[in-house]
Amino acid sequence: MTEHDITLTVNGVEHDLTVEARTLLVHALRDELGYTGTNVGCESSICGACTVRMDGEAVKSCTALAVQADGAEIRTVEDLGTRHDFHPIQEGFQEEHGLQCGYCTPGMMMTALDILEENPDPTREEIREGLEGNLCRCTGYQNIVNAVQNAAEEMQPAAVADGGGTEGSGVTDDDPTPATDGGEGL
Amino acid sequence: MTVDSLDPGDVDAADILGSAIERREDPALLTGNAEYTDDIQMDGMLHMAVVRSQYGHANILDVDTSEAEAMDGVHGVYTYEDLTSDETPGGGSFALPTAWLLDSLKQVPHQLLATDKVRHQGDGIAVVVAEDRYTARDAAGAVDVEYERLDAVVHPSEAFADDAEQIHDDAEGNVAFDWEIGDAEKTADAFADASHTASIDLENQLLIANAMEPRAAVADYNPGTDELDVAMTTQNPHVHRLLMAGVLGHPEHKLSVRAPDVGGGFGSKIHHYADEALVAWCSMMHEAPVKWVATRSETYLTDAPGRGHETKAEIAMDDDGNIVGLRVDTMANLGAYLSTFAPSVPTYLYGTLLSGQYDIPAIYGHVKGAFTNIPPVDAYRGAGRPEASFLVERLIHLGAKEMGMDPVAFRKQNFVPDDAFPYETQVAVVYDSGEYEKPMDEALEMLDYESFRERQEQARDEGRYIGVGFSCYIEACGLAPSELAGQLGAQAGLWESSLVRMHPSGTVTAYCGTSGHGQGHGTTYAQIVANELGVPYDDVEVVEGDTDEIPQGMGTYGSRSAAVGGSSLVKSAQKVVEKGKEIAAHQLEADPDDIEFENGEYSVAGAPDRSMSMADVAGAAYLAHDIPDEMEPGLEATSFYDPENFVFPFGTHAAIVEVDPDSGEIEIERYVAVDDVGNQINPKIVEGQIHGGVAQGVGQALYEGAEYDDNATLLTGSMQDYAVPKAEHIPEMETESTITPSPHNPLGVKGVGEAGTIAAPQAIVNAVADALEPFGVDHIDMPMDAESVWNAVQANATADGGEQPGDESGTAPETAADDGGDR
Ligand code: FES
Ligand code: FES
Repeated sequence: MTEHDITLTVNGVEHDLTVEARTLLVHALRDELGYTGTNVGCESSICGACTVRMDGEAVKSCTALAVQADGAEIRTVEDLGTRHDFHPIQEGFQEEHGLQCGYCTPGMMMTALDILEENPDPTREEIREGLEGNLCRCTGYQNIVNAVQNAAEEMQPAAVADGGGTEGSGVTDDDPTPATDGGEGL
Repeated sequence: MTVDSLDPGDVDAADILGSAIERREDPALLTGNAEYTDDIQMDGMLHMAVVRSQYGHANILDVDTSEAEAMDGVHGVYTYEDLTSDETPGGGSFALPTAWLLDSLKQVPHQLLATDKVRHQGDGIAVVVAEDRYTARDAAGAVDVEYERLDAVVHPSEAFADDAEQIHDDAEGNVAFDWEIGDAEKTADAFADASHTASIDLENQLLIANAMEPRAAVADYNPGTDELDVAMTTQNPHVHRLLMAGVLGHPEHKLSVRAPDVGGGFGSKIHHYADEALVAWCSMMHEAPVKWVATRSETYLTDAPGRGHETKAEIAMDDDGNIVGLRVDTMANLGAYLSTFAPSVPTYLYGTLLSGQYDIPAIYGHVKGAFTNIPPVDAYRGAGRPEASFLVERLIHLGAKEMGMDPVAFRKQNFVPDDAFPYETQVAVVYDSGEYEKPMDEALEMLDYESFRERQEQARDEGRYIGVGFSCYIEACGLAPSELAGQLGAQAGLWESSLVRMHPSGTVTAYCGTSGHGQGHGTTYAQIVANELGVPYDDVEVVEGDTDEIPQGMGTYGSRSAAVGGSSLVKSAQKVVEKGKEIAAHQLEADPDDIEFENGEYSVAGAPDRSMSMADVAGAAYLAHDIPDEMEPGLEATSFYDPENFVFPFGTHAAIVEVDPDSGEIEIERYVAVDDVGNQINPKIVEGQIHGGVAQGVGQALYEGAEYDDNATLLTGSMQDYAVPKAEHIPEMETESTITPSPHNPLGVKGVGEAGTIAAPQAIVNAVADALEPFGVDHIDMPMDAESVWNAVQANATADGGEQPGDESGTAPETAADDGGDR
């Protein structure tokens, strides 16, 4: 098996390592470099448990080869925030009970980051669509959607301050009432 | 209503029990600091991979391991013969036991690796130990197996056919057991006298667990001490330790099993699988740590699936719409071997719930278990109870229709009345407490049921088909007591054990024999213990899931943890309080009978200034300078709590759906869940559990199902083919609760983990049947994909010239779902 010397910058730290041509990025991160916060659920790019950010985009690290990531900047869950200084996304998941076993959670949060960067003020429908590549078997997703909404509000205080004037609610106008919003997506 | 979570700091000590405080386990999980089994790295660690059968049923003619053995980095390749040789470690049975026996049960051998025959796709044939996981998998692929294919059976009805292929030599006709409950004669009489009946013929499909974390184990054998430590994905470490000790012939006291963080279980991590024993054996063989992690494909081939019933059943009513009888005939799929608790699932966990929420004077259930060529079937998310509830609630829907009654009125008329509790059913259980109309009424109000029927009429006039479906479910949790479990065939007690240990400084560590895997026990147990001891919530640490730390335990499944584990913690804490009382009395120079304990403070009755805090008492207990004569120092207590009975949560779930008869598409417009799980320790966690369960129920109703071809080859063998629901597939759920405490345990709790899963499928199927009533559709088997809905509409339209779908009929819609081709 051919081996390759590559460089991965993970959470701002540069690592030189030697991997087989076929080594998956997720295994390089977890087994070689010890970033075990990223989880493996399917190794087939469906479940999203392994989602990390690569050069600013959410990617499923079970689908990328480590050699493809040579020279890339990778961001994993370990870089989000600490228990004493949560990132708003972590805060959202904690407050909204957006996790149970937590196995899908790192991938969910990295995807959520992506969703909110592209659309800082998503509707519940848009969040559900954005989470399409991330499976959760525990929560039923509703609290994950709440968590992402919660983070969105937290991450754009300006919009809340001058948007609509519903005092203190921080809820955007198109926040649908769950009761009547069955939506499509069936 | 959505429950808002609270910061523990904002909750008054007196309100700690029952408050929706945030989970303390989240920070580790949110920062990547959790430790799942595959996160464990050890020096010199080797990796195991399993060579698995490609075929559902075949004789093994030859296994050639030479190529694999010769590969670089391969440390060993082993077959069943190697395991059981005198030269290799262990001396156990090397066969997986069945831990639930029925009188008629045909026990069949289930070796750790196949000997001469494989009986399901994925059956283990050999294991490989290698330097890293890639090499191990390569080498497993290089093992050459020569097979002779045999005919396979997939469904119970095929297994019981006269000319069916035999799967085990001594299980004639592939019958694993033949079991009955209730009174056949009385029920036959009831049907003979009845004026109305309704019947159903259904399949409750096989589901694959799909916990997001695949099963895994890391074993570390120490040749110096003969100690074997196994970290693994388990819901019940002590049970795994006991079973594994027997399988491997390794002494139980030199075996430890630990559950690190576990990424979901849903039942699939209760049972003892061959892989776990094999990885331990490989560690002994190589005197090195060995890791095995299932790939997702392996989980599809080997995790015990759940459900798998073929059922014919009928319900009988008198002229006034009173239910007078119910009878059920079920063929249950058990797969190729008897998994750990498999025999209990389609019998005692199913048959005992056939009365549902209804007062039914005559019930008879007959269940025949079938060996087939699919993986061993066992408890999965609800385990027997969803099958029972689905059946009962479908029959109730049909019974109401037969009577020409509104399904709500029909239910209310037949509910077990509030004043009948404790209520003994005709199927061997006694319901603890219930007020079945309360959640029903709440759900009706949330749905605005009164106006619904009008809306439905109007919609029909416009050619739109909406329907409402109800599910008034009942569940049995916290299986107990042990004596009863023994009478039913359990080879285990169903108590729970805990230890509450005060530290000299006044903080507390609470140990419990349950083993949470996402349920938030660290939080809820701390709430329970803080409340009992009157110490600050933050001063209580909870430890679970490690046989080395916790004296004994039975684990987490069947929604037993709060009712049995939580109650055990209450008992242990109460013992601590009692001992503390004697110490306080001694120190305060008062009679122990005069000591009052409230909010963590011991005081002399009538003299509140003479008092000591719990922390002071703990300090005194360990200082031991001044405690009662003959009292042992220290302040801790253990209990083995054996509940007096099951607990029976209940509730009403309801769905409003719209069905497009032309395309077969179903849209869930509303989903309402009103659950009564008794007292709630943490309402936020309760709500989260309901959500998760409902999502699985929606999955079963609309998307999920394991499918095998005629050769018993799994067709839904990946997440590409098996539709685990995505965020877009799950409706917004509206949840409410009523509270009817259980009188059977000191917390008054019932159980919530499986409620949603049990309740949801029939709410949706009933709603679809209601929507399609004009087309004469009574039943559609799950998962109700667009094709099956469309077919049902067509079949009835052509059969009795009923209402026709709106446009040109005759061509099936292209795919089952247009949402990315999941199915
Ligand atoms: S592990 Fe990468 S998507 Fe599932
Ligand atoms: S929290 Fe368990 S899989 Fe999402």
